[in-house]
Amino acid sequence: MKLKKIAAYAVAATMAASPVMAQLVFPSLSYRTGPFGANGAEVADGFADYMTLLNERDGGIGGVMTEVIECETGYSTEKGVECYEATKGEGALIYQPLSTGMTYQLIPKTAADGIPMLTTGYGRTSVANGAVFPWVFNFPANYWNGASAAVNYMLAENDGSLEGKTVALLYHNSAYGKEPIPTLEALAEIYDFNLTLLPIDSPGQEQKSQWLQVRREKPDYALLWGWGVMNQVAIQEAANIRFPMENFIGVWWSGSENDVIPAGMAADGYKALTFHAVGTDFPMFDDLQKYVVDAGLAAGTGENVGTVLYNRGMYGAMLAAEAVKVAQEMNGVAQIDAAMMRDGLENLVISDETMAAIGLQGFGPNFEVSCENHGGPGLVAVQQWDATAQEWTIITDFEPSDMSVIQPLIDADSAAYAAENGIVPNCG
Amino acid sequence: MFEQFLFGIEAAINGLMTGVMYSLVALGFVLIFKASGVFNYAQGVMALFGALTLVGIQEGQVPFAHLINAIFGTKITNFTWEVPALAAIALTVGVMIIFAWLVERLLLRNLVNQDPIILFMATIGLAYFMEGLGDLMWGSNIKTINLGLNQGMNETIDAATYEWFGYGFYIDNLDITAAIIAVILVVALTVFSQYSTTGRALRAVADDHQAALSVGISLRSIWVIVWGIAGFIALVAGVMWGAKSGVQFSLSLITLKALPVLMLGGFTSIPGAIIGGMIIGVGEKVFEFIVSASWFGDLVGFTMNATENWFAYVLALIFLVFRPQGLFGDKIIERV
Repeated sequence: MKLKKIAAYAVAATMAASPVMAQLVFPSLSYRTGPFGANGAEVADGFADYMTLLNERDGGIGGVMTEVIECETGYSTEKGVECYEATKGEGALIYQPLSTGMTYQLIPKTAADGIPMLTTGYGRTSVANGAVFPWVFNFPANYWNGASAAVNYMLAENDGSLEGKTVALLYHNSAYGKEPIPTLEALAEIYDFNLTLLPIDSPGQEQKSQWLQVRREKPDYALLWGWGVMNQVAIQEAANIRFPMENFIGVWWSGSENDVIPAGMAADGYKALTFHAVGTDFPMFDDLQKYVVDAGLAAGTGENVGTVLYNRGMYGAMLAAEAVKVAQEMNGVAQIDAAMMRDGLENLVISDETMAAIGLQGFGPNFEVSCENHGGPGLVAVQQWDATAQEWTIITDFEPSDMSVIQPLIDADSAAYAAENGIVPNCG
Repeated sequence: MFEQFLFGIEAAINGLMTGVMYSLVALGFVLIFKASGVFNYAQGVMALFGALTLVGIQEGQVPFAHLINAIFGTKITNFTWEVPALAAIALTVGVMIIFAWLVERLLLRNLVNQDPIILFMATIGLAYFMEGLGDLMWGSNIKTINLGLNQGMNETIDAATYEWFGYGFYIDNLDITAAIIAVILVVALTVFSQYSTTGRALRAVADDHQAALSVGISLRSIWVIVWGIAGFIALVAGVMWGAKSGVQFSLSLITLKALPVLMLGGFTSIPGAIIGGMIIGVGEKVFEFIVSASWFGDLVGFTMNATENWFAYVLALIFLVFRPQGLFGDKIIERV
């Protein structure tokens, strides 16, 4: 009898002590404070709210509730790594650190710990080669897709020729900002345009020298690879020197409402790349409003639903949730672990049917992930800011990028990483 | 080559203007250091807090709305009114004075006659506290300053220089406004510091807390006055920088731009803050212009970009070698 009691207490204690084992755990390395808090909060809210929606509306994923463990990083790489170490033992299924600096630090750690990482639209571009980076994914688009898409867009605007044109790249003087340079240099050679590189030191509050140079040299197009305050200042300075906004194109991290609103009407016509839709004109958002925002369960105030960065956070959560479904189906169990999650990510198929079932048809591009391609198809659209209506409008379809240029760069960079780290590329 | 010369002049003038923007931040440091010997690490956060409060009051935002909503389940965000710009500025100055009083009451009063490093550490704590308080009061979203400050190219200067040289110089209207405000501030502060009784008392406190107390100067009043004025200067700096980028938490990082200015101009000189700012501004802009130019590349075989951040510190360090107290700082005499 005594033994039975002890056994019962032990079982109860075990269940009480490890509730996370009955959850699908998604750590969120968020940054709601510090210089980049305004952006980080929106992404974190979108991520958390989508997971809440799944719990409230569907009872989780495959009958297992989701749990978001948020850890504040302040966009500090050191704190991000601390957050990773603090949360990885909680049954973490996947990390989406939302920082290129953190991504670089976590690539070897996640591989050693066997936890997948999804770095949608940021991080190290060559992780698209799954044979070298089996634990890291960056679908549906990466920086090099973005650089190529920007050039394709400029080509389309100029009847297929950029010969003799000048393109200025204003970039954050960091690993993130330097990512598109190899692709742009390769494309400049192919299409015979001049590329002017203008680095801007972090945080980017003072950019007068760079914009005076733009004013003097009068490039035909300016590309912006910034983040945080650098974006707002760049757009304001471009307006100040009367650079034509329709020829000013930002990467997706330079294309949120936060970036254009401070410049007011002067930002009208500014363009940015994107790999997902904007706004709330999708059936899923009705459910989000009903089950999350109106129910008082939103992570934030609910005012940011539909903004670019909120939607990006929500899209990240949606991709992770779909990968969980794939993993559950592949393994025939509802409670999956990180290794199963990795397999789910590698076999993910996002089609019209998938998106329609979620209530997000047309929200993002269709794609299939494979071991050879962790980066997806690199379909990128262009959006434009309407300062009067205070909204972004997508002005192109999700167009393919130039993989004939990008793939050799991915192969070379991933091969170098493999050689440095003694990795034997393997796609089984 | 004449064209390059004109470009260089344009870069130098813009450097002067940018330097004034740096000086606006540096002035607050100087004032507090001059009067209390404290290097106020929180000056940048004070600029952020001032600008946040100004926009919050002007837009009729309910302070601590997120906290109130989270506790009581309400959904309040704004009052039904908006406050006119001048009234909002006056109210914000009031908030900064209350802040100064609280700093004296809760922080400085307990640290009288402590080592400068203790006071410095206390201001680091204050910076973190204020950043969190600003977030809690007004939220972390980016806000737009709506004071009618004119931004963009000054047409008159552009047209005049085009007529003279065949090339129109770009000078930002906001920078011109900042320069005018900075000149007014410097004149007012210099007169106040040199010729008013309170100003002389400020300097006495800076020299020696205990000696000032012994001759009947109220340390507490002086500290409230100094921190209040520094709060006002921080508000001006926050508004000027916030007009460029929107009011956001990266504003607190403008401190980094003020440090080389202080090293160069001296921690105790109000005109030094302005002249130091101008030297740094012109130096970094002209250096960047020269080393990024293609003719420089042809000459030496390489070009450089994004030099401004490190160049300002290198320039300040070079000055430090020859004048450790800065160009206009008081000579340090230690009796042993």
